[in-house]
Amino acid sequence: MVTLSHYLFLGGILFSISILGIFLNRKNIILILMAIELMLLAVNINFIAFSHYLGDLSGQIFVFFILTVAAAESAIGLAIIILIFRNYKSINVADVNRLKE
Amino acid sequence: MTLMKLYTLIPMMPLIASIVIGLFGRQLPKVFSHLIPIVLVLGSFLLSLYALYISYHGYVFNENLFRWMTVGQYDLNIGFMVDNLTALMMSVVTFVSLMVHIYTIEYMENDPGYSRFFSFISLFTFAMLMLVMSNNFLQLFFGWEAVGLVSYLLIGFWYKKPTAIHANMKAFLVNRVGDFGFLLGIALIMFYFGTLDYKEVFSRVDTLAGQEFMLMGSSVSLVTLISILLFIGAMGKSAQVPLHVWLPDSMEGPTPISALIHAATMVTAGIFLVTRVSPIVELSNTALSLILIVGSITALFMGILGIFQNDIKRVVAYSTLSQLGYMTIALGVSSYSLAMFHLFTHAFFKALLFLGAGSVIIGMHHDQNIMNMGNLKKYMPITWITFLLATLALVGMPFFSGFYSKESIIEAVKYSEIVGSSFAYFAAVFGVFITSLYSFRLYFIVFHGEERWRNKPISHNHHDHGLTTNQSPHETTWVVIMPLILLAIPSVLIGFFTIEPIIKSSFLLKDIFILNSHLALSQVTEHFHGPINMALHALATLPFWLMVLGFIVAYLLYYKNINFIKTPKILKKVMDHKYGFDNFNEYILAPLTIRLGNVLWKYMDIKIIDNFFVNGSAKTINLFSHITKKIQTGFISQYAFVMVIGLLLFISYFILGGKS
Repeated sequence: MVTLSHYLFLGGILFSISILGIFLNRKNIILILMAIELMLLAVNINFIAFSHYLGDLSGQIFVFFILTVAAAESAIGLAIIILIFRNYKSINVADVNRLKE
Repeated sequence: MTLMKLYTLIPMMPLIASIVIGLFGRQLPKVFSHLIPIVLVLGSFLLSLYALYISYHGYVFNENLFRWMTVGQYDLNIGFMVDNLTALMMSVVTFVSLMVHIYTIEYMENDPGYSRFFSFISLFTFAMLMLVMSNNFLQLFFGWEAVGLVSYLLIGFWYKKPTAIHANMKAFLVNRVGDFGFLLGIALIMFYFGTLDYKEVFSRVDTLAGQEFMLMGSSVSLVTLISILLFIGAMGKSAQVPLHVWLPDSMEGPTPISALIHAATMVTAGIFLVTRVSPIVELSNTALSLILIVGSITALFMGILGIFQNDIKRVVAYSTLSQLGYMTIALGVSSYSLAMFHLFTHAFFKALLFLGAGSVIIGMHHDQNIMNMGNLKKYMPITWITFLLATLALVGMPFFSGFYSKESIIEAVKYSEIVGSSFAYFAAVFGVFITSLYSFRLYFIVFHGEERWRNKPISHNHHDHGLTTNQSPHETTWVVIMPLILLAIPSVLIGFFTIEPIIKSSFLLKDIFILNSHLALSQVTEHFHGPINMALHALATLPFWLMVLGFIVAYLLYYKNINFIKTPKILKKVMDHKYGFDNFNEYILAPLTIRLGNVLWKYMDIKIIDNFFVNGSAKTINLFSHITKKIQTGFISQYAFVMVIGLLLFISYFILGGKS
């Protein structure tokens, strides 16, 4: 029997993986973008699980909105990455530390 | 024209002259440099006489001209108060100033700073008038500082002469010491009365009596403290021991200003001040005793120094110090009107002495050493006569002006019962002998005897001043002689005609406050039976015979050249060092001050303020930033991680903390 807590665990695990993906990753900016997407998906799973559990559809409608926004956001994110690549000739995270200066 | 406008005009006219000549004097023809100031100062003098006329008829003018500023609840005004005391001072100041203006035409004739000099003395006249006409302490202080400034500028008038620069710096610094006390006194008045207006302060002065003030852990009477502080200011300006050291050195300046500033007017500002604040000083016997003793010391010991000087101006300068001492003695025995009387007569004969000395100096081609002079009466008859008259007035010859004022002061000291009056009486009486001795010494050496410049060693230095052995001095032009004659008239006569109103009537007394228990002045008034009686009576008194004795000693020593007294070496040494005041200041006071300054500079300024507070805080911040900088890696992922961890911590805290 798959219960609510299983879904929540899945969501939690996905969320944690995405966080690790953000700060352990030293190579690739695209990975960060993907980790952010993954984080949103983890949140979506939580929404759907609760929606089903509570018998309320509005949670699932939220998920549609989040997916749309996530698509738009990754489009912008990719555009930024292209600009970074243009300026640095690299998408290595270690190279992009201009904030320090 | 209202009276206010008229009175405003009196100080303004010299100021206008000063500004016009100061700014445009070089562009205008030279004649304007003296014409404009003389005409305007003459106008000022005539208006002052009119003011004297008005106040003599009993009208005391006291109005504010405008409000200068408002600080908190205090209103600071500029205004004039013209009573008899002020009007008398105004007349003396403008008259002597006018004489000096005229005299300067000749004295400074070939000086490159001709218009600058006129600008300065007009400015001085303005400042001095502001000082005496003020109706509050602040304006008084303004005038006080302004005359000090002009004095500084004029002592150092020949600014390429190192001794003059040294002298003006000395005058400035010593006066700062006095002004420090004066300013503290004014501050105390402000603190306790909440106003600086004379009239209000004096009307509420009774509330001061009995009040105590905590000073460094011990309590002193407030009124004594205020009086002494104000007197310290007066000591600085009126050159009383130990703040007298600047006055002899101020003789480095041109002679006209020695006459105007350092004899007749500015140095008497201290006397005027104490007279003006008589309602305060009168309440403190301690302060009066202090004034009396300081005055006595100055009168006696500075006079003695005059005997040993060889510079013609310095002799007269020490004489001024001694006479200022007499005025201070009069203040000490509560005879303020007598102090003003002596101030008044002294202004004329001392200005005359200085201008006479200046005339001699012109005649001698700017050689001031009396040991190069002699027998000048043959060559400069008018200078000789006027100088002799001034000398007679100074030593207190009966019927001359100086006699009446000085004799009244000695009388007042005799009747006084205040602490120190017996010493003061001795100093005043013995001072008469000293005065007579140095005055006649100067007179005999300069105007009689052999013509010493003829056998002085020939100098090959072309920059030396003075006559060569085959030149003869000659009388100067009318612009020098006219002031001499105009000053000689009051020097001789004015005492005789003014003693009656000053002693008998309330001409000055109504502007002065004297406690009923201080009897000296009323005793003098009681024993006064007309000026002729007074002069005849004096023939039988000690001061007169001491004066004659001084004359005889001077006659024998310096006219007959009989050296029956040999000055002990030690005395000579003490005199040469002027009692060591200068040495004390230079070798003890100044190094100590410099050392204190160094300590403060090295430890307070550099170590504590610079290194600890300023650099220290900068270094601390630098240190912290070095530590915290390491957190700033510039990697967004790490920032994000910190954010998430922080979020986690906060949420945990809210959830768990909310439960407990």
